[in-house]
Amino acid sequence: MIDFLNAFVALSNFVLIPAISYGAQLALGALGVTLIYGILRFSNFAHGDTMAFGAMCTILVTWLFQSWGISFGPLPTALLAMPFGILATMGLVLFTDRYVYKFYREQKAKPVILVIVSLGVMFILNGLVRFIIGPNDQRFSDGERFIISVREFKALTGLKEGLAFKTTQGITIVTAVIVVIALFWFLNRTRTGKSMRAYSDNEDLALLSGINPERVVMVTWLIVAALATIAGTLYGLDKSFKPFIFLQLLLPVFAAAIVGGLGSPLGAIAGGFTIAFSEVMITYAWKKVATYVVPEAWAPDTLVQLLSTDYKFAVSFVILIIVLLFRPTGLFAGKSV
Amino acid sequence: MSEPFLIGDSMTGGYGNGPDILHDCTIAVNKGEIAVIVGPNGAGKSTGMKAVFGMLSLNKGSVRLDGEDITALSPQDRVVKGMGFVPQTSNIFTSMTVEENLEMGAFIRRDNYKDTMTQIYDLFPILKEKRYQAAGELSGGQRQQVAVGRALMTQPKVLMLDEPTAGVSPIVMDELFDRIIEVARTGIPILMVEQNARQALEIADKGYVLVQGANAFTGTGKELLVDPEVRKSFLGG
Repeated sequence: MIDFLNAFVALSNFVLIPAISYGAQLALGALGVTLIYGILRFSNFAHGDTMAFGAMCTILVTWLFQSWGISFGPLPTALLAMPFGILATMGLVLFTDRYVYKFYREQKAKPVILVIVSLGVMFILNGLVRFIIGPNDQRFSDGERFIISVREFKALTGLKEGLAFKTTQGITIVTAVIVVIALFWFLNRTRTGKSMRAYSDNEDLALLSGINPERVVMVTWLIVAALATIAGTLYGLDKSFKPFIFLQLLLPVFAAAIVGGLGSPLGAIAGGFTIAFSEVMITYAWKKVATYVVPEAWAPDTLVQLLSTDYKFAVSFVILIIVLLFRPTGLFAGKSV
Repeated sequence: MSEPFLIGDSMTGGYGNGPDILHDCTIAVNKGEIAVIVGPNGAGKSTGMKAVFGMLSLNKGSVRLDGEDITALSPQDRVVKGMGFVPQTSNIFTSMTVEENLEMGAFIRRDNYKDTMTQIYDLFPILKEKRYQAAGELSGGQRQQVAVGRALMTQPKVLMLDEPTAGVSPIVMDELFDRIIEVARTGIPILMVEQNARQALEIADKGYVLVQGANAFTGTGKELLVDPEVRKSFLGG
């Protein structure tokens, strides 16, 4: 019995908790991608770097606050700085929309052209972020590091296995839940939110109903900026902030959005967790958990690791390909790609 | 004869810079009446209606609503002026509930539209029953009712229907025609394009037979039904 408890604790410590917080970060990123796809009808490749930009602004404000001696008690100062990061990012996306995307929208450019345009925006943003904050790792988390540390947990339960629950993981999960509830409330209950869904569903009929497309587009960008900044900051807090990471993060984020069904917010969340759990579970060395569960004689000699962690992005790729082959509209029947 | 409530007067035009599809075509509807546009395939029926609604530019002719020239207005502005339009296809928000579809219909209204919604639920009881169901899950006939209900939410002064019975079974078609007559009885003039010419002309106060984008025959529904020329060339004897 104790063995099973130990196995479960090890599983939670190395798989469940990291996967849930990573999944929450991916889900927030994928929500932004899926909203842009639903409303503006193109895959926004600049989304990863929008996340980087938002996180960078948050970090700069965090440093400013830290230099002023402002802190948020046991919580990271970055949470206080996040609203300012969101505002800055909103300014950025409205700027790019006004001076880049709007031109192509008025020409009724094909989605593939807009994708390439967003690729251009992506490179410029990436350069901008590296220019401002530098290409290196930046640490900006402060406050308590753990909600439960391994030592505390062992003392508390007397189990052999320890369990660590980082503050950043807790914050990630709580923030993601709040943001998702707020977003769904907005989309399903408010007039503006419903008009966004209507516009995404049937553009011509939305126009006939008197819905102003430019307003819908603007509100979408504002929401996406907020989502991207929150996702980027949470990811940066949990891991660390490095501009290039967000370029790599684009793949799992897109995989999450597509697996869930592009254009479907619920799908983005499901997709985020699907990708996160697959990545973590396939690259985790199961030896420890297995040793507790199976009889001693069967205990594995190897690490029981399906894939080295270096290949974790390959997992997103494989899932993406499987979904595109067998269910192109995604789990929640979004638009087919 | 006084000026009709809504008239597309001697309209000539086509889509974009393409060739003219309509040639000196006139379509009108009076207050409290049902006007029906019929004609063979490719006669420009739907095009005629779209021209009245401003979805293509006219090279000649004009559109007047209640005496006011609205030729230059965009379709959106015509909705604000009091024209309700139900397109032939994709005329509902499939992923949204029936009630949300009606709410979106009332998007341009800033006043309280609850009364209008109650009226529409009285007119289409099935919609009230399915109000929280996604509109895309409904049957063809029910979808058309959602579509008409959505257009009625603006309390339009005139309602335009583009083939409301396309693709539904004959039984559902009869029911839809009954509903349309009921809507007309509430005092809203209706301009309608129809494939099912005979049934449509039976309920029509005024009928327009278009051929090759021009008026071929015009008259009351009954006149056209008994007109030997119309019967021979078009109603199949």
